[in-house]
Amino acid sequence: MKILTGNDLKTGDVVWWDGRGWSRHVEDAVDAGEEAETILAREEAARRVNVPYVVAAEMADGIPRPAHIKDRVRALGPTVRPDLTLKPADPQAIDWVI
Amino acid sequence: MYKYDSYDQQMVDARVDEFRDQVERRLAGKLTEDQFKPLRLMNGLYLQLHAYMLRVAVPYGTLSGAQMHILADIADKYDRGYGHFTTRQNIQYNWIKLEDAPDLMADLAAVEMHAIQTSGNCIRNISSDHFAGAAADELVDPRPYAELLRQWSSFHPEFMYLPRKFKIAVIASDTDRAAMRLHDIGIQIVEQNGELGAAFYVGGGMGRTPMIAPRIRDFVPLDQLVTYSEACLRVYNRHGRRDNKYKARIKILVHEMGAEEYTRQVEEEFAHLLDEGIEPPLAELERIKTYFEDPAFEAGAKSIDRSDPDFALWVERNTVRHKHDSYVSAVISLKPVGGIPGDATSAQMHLMADLAAQYSFDECRVMHTQNIVLPHVKIADLHTLWTALHEAGLGEPNLDQVGDIIACPGLDYCSLANARSIPISQQISERFAANGKGDTLGELKLKISGCINACGHHHAGHIGILGVDKKGVENYQLLLGGSEAEDASLAKITGPGFNEAGIVDAVETTADVYLREREDGERFLDTYRRIGMAPFKEALYG
Ligand code: HEM
Ligand code: SF4
Repeated sequence: MKILTGNDLKTGDVVWWDGRGWSRHVEDAVDAGEEAETILAREEAARRVNVPYVVAAEMADGIPRPAHIKDRVRALGPTVRPDLTLKPADPQAIDWVI
Repeated sequence: MYKYDSYDQQMVDARVDEFRDQVERRLAGKLTEDQFKPLRLMNGLYLQLHAYMLRVAVPYGTLSGAQMHILADIADKYDRGYGHFTTRQNIQYNWIKLEDAPDLMADLAAVEMHAIQTSGNCIRNISSDHFAGAAADELVDPRPYAELLRQWSSFHPEFMYLPRKFKIAVIASDTDRAAMRLHDIGIQIVEQNGELGAAFYVGGGMGRTPMIAPRIRDFVPLDQLVTYSEACLRVYNRHGRRDNKYKARIKILVHEMGAEEYTRQVEEEFAHLLDEGIEPPLAELERIKTYFEDPAFEAGAKSIDRSDPDFALWVERNTVRHKHDSYVSAVISLKPVGGIPGDATSAQMHLMADLAAQYSFDECRVMHTQNIVLPHVKIADLHTLWTALHEAGLGEPNLDQVGDIIACPGLDYCSLANARSIPISQQISERFAANGKGDTLGELKLKISGCINACGHHHAGHIGILGVDKKGVENYQLLLGGSEAEDASLAKITGPGFNEAGIVDAVETTADVYLREREDGERFLDTYRRIGMAPFKEALYG
């Protein structure tokens, strides 16, 4: 599947396209399919996202998992600071990245 | 310390206003990201894996207590309570919001700091010896010369769009603590027939094509320092490879042109520039020097009570001889066992600032090894200082030991990374603390980069580690035999890479070979240089 990501312009937060808007949680990401490039162009022009790009991903346990480790690190947060990730209470979260 | 004059302050304040306007226009959609990116980069604002990242310039690594306090406040106010001290003697913040960046820069400007020229193809922050002004072995304090060059290179219109980034280091002792020969220009202040001048080394660097800079001039008189630097830059600016980013650094030019031809052209340009009279008057250098005069050192205790073994170990490893015999320079390690190299919390920064004010004439320094120096500590105050550090978890006695690892941010933060570097450093320091071998190894400099850009100096590690991408999986190459010091050398790859667990084992195996083979008084590097790569390869891949 093709999911879309970028950073929030104002805050820099990593965000994912959820079909209607941009979510901080990769769990919300949807397959953009053939629409991918059109959505990116429209959203970037409207400044709803900054430097967006398409990410190859596959569904694993009901959650889109980006193919490249770099995007998985982006989705969670720094593996060396679990307290600063999006899942501070889940010690297993890092296994999903690696 | 150098104090801004009204020009410095005006320029920095004007830059904050200009950037505020640029950010407003970006947020309002009047600038596209393509238009805005070069503007934000000129102000040290990158976009990294999780957020915007801001790199703050710390000229030659010197900070006052007040500046360190502001760095701590910034960590709390605009970031997540910590900062990362880097190999370029700077500090980076990882979680900055674009909308906050102008206010942050105004806070910096209030204490004579900024993030200008910390990115882009310009002359970057100038680095120097972290023991400058304190070291027993220095000829003079190198920082006035670094400051003169900082003023010359700040907003220098001719050098704002060089073929590539440009880094200068200035030292003034034969011991090189600033990796001088791995810079685009390395300058050593030297003495000849009773006169001070500068030896120039040009064309060093790390990155994908590491090079050790050759010396192109033994002696440039001090009243021609800026002119000679300008000549070096001009020849580079004229002939540097703008066609290929990977060949654009001056090291490639000097290598391809040959040091001799490059030098010939520099000398020709230099002769021409001497006629133009671009050198600032020596009075300016003298003015700058007054800011770096010795603080009011007082005679006091010269011997240290070493009856407390923990304190004694810290003194032995983390303090360095000072030019005044009642003082030492003390190194605060930012490398606790299992910690993140170079990271400091805001509370730690505040404490270091307070300790600097109390015990070191209000001065601290960022080391390129990602630690902090209190340059002038009275021997009589050492135990009190150590007690405070120890209680705050800042008393790790590991300067230049295997646990004192340089690690770049790697894939945990950096968008260019192939692999994570921080977790590898954490596992190595934990391994060597747990098996007790760490204490038996002596000086062993271990340096890790998460990609070929070599921000973690892996080419210059006694042991270096380079993260690579092997079909989407993190993989690590092992390198041996590098040095960034006066005996500079480039490390060589041992052979095929290792996975995450494998690289930690491989480092231990390497250390074991050293422990087996070393002769009296030999450091790891000495043993490697004597016995060569073969015994290590045998043990690693055998
Ligand atoms: C996370 C953001 C960073 C980015 C995007 C970045 C980018 C780069 C790049 C592209 C190079 C190679 C330049 C070339 O060879 O032409 C480089 C080199 C270097 N960087 Fe970084 N870097 C980052 C962080 C750091 C940090 C945190 C440090 C200090 C710990 C650092 C210090 C250096 C040094 C010392 C070199 C090699 C020396 C040289 O050849 O100039 N960088 N960096
Ligand atoms: S060496 Fe590579 S991974 Fe490490 S900070 Fe530099 S660019 Fe990033």
